Amino acid sequence: MRRDLIRQFLYDMLLARLFEQAAAEQYLQGRIGGFLHLYPGEEAVAVGTLRAADPGDYVVSTYREHVHALVRGTPPEAVMAELFGKATGCSRGYGGSMHLFDAERRFLGGYAIVGETFPVAIGVAYWLRLNEEPDVVLCYFGDGAVNQGTFHESLNMAALWKLPVLFVCENNRYQIGTEIHRHSAVPEVWRRACAYGMEGRRVDGMDVLAVHEATREALRHVREGKGPFLLECETYRFRGHSMADSGAYRSALEVAELRARDPLEGLRRRALAEGWLGEGEVAELERRARKAVQAAVRFAEQSPPPTELHRDVYAQPLDVYAPEIPARRAAP
Amino acid sequence: MTGGRRRREGENLGLVAPAEPRPELMVWEALNIALDRALARDEAVFIVGEDVGLYGGSYRVTQGLYARYGEWRVRDTPISENSFTGLGVGAALVGARPVVEIMTVNFALLALDAIVNMAAKLRYMSGGQLAVPLVVRAPGGVARQLAAQHSQRLEHMFLNVPGLRIVVPGTPQDAYWQLTQAIEADDPVVVLEHELLYFEKGSFDPDAPPPPMHAAAVRRPGRDVTLIAWHRMVKVCLEAAGALAAEGIEAEVIDLRSLRPLDLPRLVDSVRRTHRAVVVEEDCRFAGAGAEVAAALTEAAFFELDGPVARVAGEDVPTPYNAALEAASIPDAGRVASAVRRLLGRAAGGPAATQSPSEQTGAQP
Ligand SMILES: Cc1ncc(C[n+]2csc(CCOP(=O)(O)OP(=O)(O)O)c2C)c(N)n1
Ligand SMILES: [Mg+2]
Repeated sequence: MRRDLIRQFLYDMLLARLFEQAAAEQYLQGRIGGFLHLYPGEEAVAVGTLRAADPGDYVVSTYREHVHALVRGTPPEAVMAELFGKATGCSRGYGGSMHLFDAERRFLGGYAIVGETFPVAIGVAYWLRLNEEPDVVLCYFGDGAVNQGTFHESLNMAALWKLPVLFVCENNRYQIGTEIHRHSAVPEVWRRACAYGMEGRRVDGMDVLAVHEATREALRHVREGKGPFLLECETYRFRGHSMADSGAYRSALEVAELRARDPLEGLRRRALAEGWLGEGEVAELERRARKAVQAAVRFAEQSPPPTELHRDVYAQPLDVYAPEIPARRAAP
Repeated sequence: MTGGRRRREGENLGLVAPAEPRPELMVWEALNIALDRALARDEAVFIVGEDVGLYGGSYRVTQGLYARYGEWRVRDTPISENSFTGLGVGAALVGARPVVEIMTVNFALLALDAIVNMAAKLRYMSGGQLAVPLVVRAPGGVARQLAAQHSQRLEHMFLNVPGLRIVVPGTPQDAYWQLTQAIEADDPVVVLEHELLYFEKGSFDPDAPPPPMHAAAVRRPGRDVTLIAWHRMVKVCLEAAGALAAEGIEAEVIDLRSLRPLDLPRLVDSVRRTHRAVVVEEDCRFAGAGAEVAAALTEAAFFELDGPVARVAGEDVPTPYNAALEAASIPDAGRVASAVRRLLGRAAGGPAATQSPSEQTGAQP
């Protein structure tokens, strides 16, 4: 059981790391456009939390969400094709990197305005609670999002009505170039929970086993109807904020220190040292992940682009609105 | 994508307010009946907003519903417009049909992210996987001396957002029909209500078959000029049309009922007969909804027009508190009538005049 879980975690984290590396390469070759926010360094958070959730739970995430979709089970092909803007992407090429959706897997997106995940999550949870459904909502956000009004508004309502939401803060210490002690009067995000009479705690977000265990406990609390829970995961992004950011505001020493705590390498080392997995097994997992990423890139390259500009703006097109310009009337 | 929602079919049916044809009913009552029936008919419907529950709604629109349906379906919220509107979006994604009441449209400015960035875009951004059957109701307009922050129209703010529908019911019958249709629609619909029309009476038959939600309505037929308005300005136009009739000018008055989509075919049809049009709006003139109506109509019916499509609109000022200045800031029947006379080249109260073209309309005599 434990070995299966470890194997799953390691595969997820390898896939996540290799997928993001491939995305960066494809971006540099001009095949992916727009903003691209990558996840290396933070893998333990998505993997540890989502592997503790049930398939019936809903997930609401930010623009740094490729890995959340992958762990949720969205095929790497569909995610990569979306980054390429192809019709076979998980949002049919209409959303892009920041707006991945997979309704079938209850993955509700992909929100690129900081602070939007809170109201969406409490809305889903309100509906679940109203209908006495057993499912819960996992709501992701960065450390920068906690000073947005919706954080306070939504956590208040979630606690007031005891809504089934697990709020997961991916605290990577930075809001683009502004470090947390420069953007937050109270940099311990979890402590803000007490303002709403909510349970909260902090966990080492570089340790997938710790994140997984903390999430299981928090989800038990939420599922038992005791109200929402705020879980702060302390993590770090190894790359810049997006592909447009070199990350020059961070010292080389700081980055090196955190890289030494790489959650993927940490798990790999520990799995081997404890004898959970053998060298051969680990190599095989990596080979599988690499193949999956290569297949995803190939699929994205070969997929057709979307062609219909006007589809899905409304349930039915409002064509009454677009009259033809009349031709000039002939002179009498 | 609804999870197996528990059906409690018919549970509330015995409690629904009797909705019978009534000769005289006020707009707020019609809205109330529409909500009551929707809550009884469809378990997916719930209402959220400030003071919509125990208090009964700032304009009585949700009166009695809290007692009838309970706090989970008629939810009093904290003052958190962006998040409770966003709550509506989130719930709509998983099968609910939430009706969000924004106490007045002025506060909708704090919920623009939920409305514009989320509700309007999620169907498209998700490649058609998600639907947002959300209704956002908001009272607004220039009321009585509420001053600049509580007295404005924000039609123009929502108008330019693909993905939204915007309806502007002004009669009890339309209020009932269009709110019902908005709740049943699979798109986000902004229902703008006018604060001075809530206690306006009109005929009401809940079982009369409704026209399409976006269809404009001719409130008075006429052959000389088309007056295009919505909300309270329809009344102003009807008053102006009465005065003009005494001078032998027959104005057709069209109530738009919907701003997005616009019922342009109906407007073109009218202009084919009258060859002149005036758009009358309470919102400020610059880049208001009237500008779009005038532009669209000019483009579609230029060769039918005998003059420019004129606009009579709110002055480009924040609404003043002083009652006389407030009245001067929005159109009245006199201003509408004189715009029509200028467009037709007539002097007030007299036959055709020979005066020079007005600078406001640029009309040719
Ligand atoms: C409302 C809003 N303001 C500003 C931005 C621009 N922006 C995008 S990401 C970001 C930083 C967010 O930091 P954090 O929440 O910590 O998430 P991280 O990127 O570190 O995962 C900013 C300022 C935005 N997208 N939305
Ligand atoms: Mg951050």
